[in-house]
Amino acid sequence: MGWLDANVVSILNGFALAALLFLIAVGLSLVFGTMDVLNLAHGAVSLTGAYVGVALLDGSVGGGQFAVAVLAAAAIGLLLGAALAVLTQSVTNHLRQALLTLGIALIAGDVLSQVFGADVESVPAPLGLDGSIEMLGKTYPLYRLFVIGVGVLIGVVLYVILERTQTGALIRATVADRTMVEAMGVRSSLVLGGVFGIGAALAAVGGLLAGPILGAQPGLDTTFLLLALVVVVIGGLGSIRGAVLGAVLVGQVQTLGVALLPELASFLLFGAMALVLLLRPAGLLPARNSGAAAHS
Amino acid sequence: MRAAAKPLVMAGVAVVLLVLPFFVASYPLSIASRILAFALLVLSVDLLTGLTGLPSLAQIAYFGAGAYTAGLVSIHVTSNIFVQLGAGVLVAALAALVTGALAVRTSGIVFLMVTLAIGELTHQLADGLSLVGASNGLAGIPASTLYPGGSPLLLTAYTYWWALIVFAAGLAVAVLVSRSPLGRSMRGVRESPTRLAAVGQRTYVVKLVAFVVAGALAGAAGTAWTVQTRFISPGDLAFSVSAIALLSVVLGGAGTLWGPVLAAAAVVLVRDWVSGYVAGHGELLLGIIFVIAVFALPRGIAGVMSRSRGGRPGSIVAESAT
Repeated sequence: MGWLDANVVSILNGFALAALLFLIAVGLSLVFGTMDVLNLAHGAVSLTGAYVGVALLDGSVGGGQFAVAVLAAAAIGLLLGAALAVLTQSVTNHLRQALLTLGIALIAGDVLSQVFGADVESVPAPLGLDGSIEMLGKTYPLYRLFVIGVGVLIGVVLYVILERTQTGALIRATVADRTMVEAMGVRSSLVLGGVFGIGAALAAVGGLLAGPILGAQPGLDTTFLLLALVVVVIGGLGSIRGAVLGAVLVGQVQTLGVALLPELASFLLFGAMALVLLLRPAGLLPARNSGAAAHS
Repeated sequence: MRAAAKPLVMAGVAVVLLVLPFFVASYPLSIASRILAFALLVLSVDLLTGLTGLPSLAQIAYFGAGAYTAGLVSIHVTSNIFVQLGAGVLVAALAALVTGALAVRTSGIVFLMVTLAIGELTHQLADGLSLVGASNGLAGIPASTLYPGGSPLLLTAYTYWWALIVFAAGLAVAVLVSRSPLGRSMRGVRESPTRLAAVGQRTYVVKLVAFVVAGALAGAAGTAWTVQTRFISPGDLAFSVSAIALLSVVLGGAGTLWGPVLAAAAVVLVRDWVSGYVAGHGELLLGIIFVIAVFALPRGIAGVMSRSRGGRPGSIVAESAT
């Protein structure tokens, strides 16, 4: 118990990071699963969400004001996602789609740093959640527990929608076999656009919620993108359960790794990804039948 | 280009590159050296992306391995330029072997994701590792010498010629590989991995060998970079550099060797030239170049993502028509 006791704060931090990474990565994973589009502007969408927090929240912030900022980030993310969906659908080749989103990411990064400056901006946690609580003899920031709770909640809601509703069935069908969904008379581009928009909205909300923990600064978009990519590679493409598992693993590797071996944290992250690629090249929990038709 | 005119044009380009130091000042010449190093990096991306159909964003990692190795060797061991090149290429090839053994288990867009992670993780590693100066970069690299006891190569012309030699050697390797049986197998991986496997070729081995050769070329490019700049920092390994390299390959026509090299030179020149007018907006400009390139580009990269065929309805026609 001695080790656990010493590292309980790191482990909790790992879960808080995992919750944020889940929110960011799940969109990337589903967009890839449904559309085969690698959205390299995904990190920029998250950073935009964080800067929404910088713009709207200042000083002491009430819960209502924080909720408004969350909704604003979600709305902006939705719009950005829809725009990205339209743009990428006008390009057929997958490599060029990736390059297009990369270009958009570079533009967005530059615009954001022009508007908000190159300094690290902080986002306040809402009143009532900005304190700490006593846990297992340690004090721990309440806001991070809140983030973990939000991550779990959204994960459960997404899972239920995807696995138990008609809409979810449609999305899963689009992941499995887009041509067949088209043949049944469903406009798959609408499904794809919707998934893209909601995925981007979640990414923006994730960025905003990350604000009080990580702040907002240029370069954070690449970090978000990198971590989300590793989450998706580890967890498997196109599945919510995979994104959860990947996020938890990456969250722990990042925080425990940084706490134990600060200089070699990126080795550890690569090591985790390498191990998964070695044992399960498709990721730990990929979507069932994912891309079976597209890759035959 | 007419078949008869091709050798003439190539010879002309070679002569111009050789005598360039007699006609241009030191600063443009140093830019030319960097373009040569960058062009070799682009060649290594092209070997994977164009020839083998594996779109890679990881080459910057092996470029960095070569560059940092050359710097460390120069500081701690010897200023001999050949030792630096050899050590840089060796370390880069080893790094490519270890990471590539995992990366080439995937293909298509997933390969792109994994290589992006490799590149960016290397960037972060260089940024945190105190052995290589962490975020300050590796400074104080002494000027290189050609032979033990020789005078240091301080003139820009010498480091330019060295970059030209390394580039030419790398180009020769790339041409030889692409014309060899290995090169044919690499095209086979791009066009149809299953068919290649059916005729008894091990696609995994072909992909891995291609990855290691490309890594070695990127490492050589890195050593040429260090010899010229005598300073290497994590900023040189930024994500945007791999992105420009990949864009150059796509712009120049993946699979040909000359096209991407020319595109690399063009992209770097345009970026440096225009950024003189819009200082501080390098990334913005680069992003705009990307978006314009994607939309204005003729559909000339069929087969780059051979796995993508048969995806969306309609894409089959669009891609195989090219």
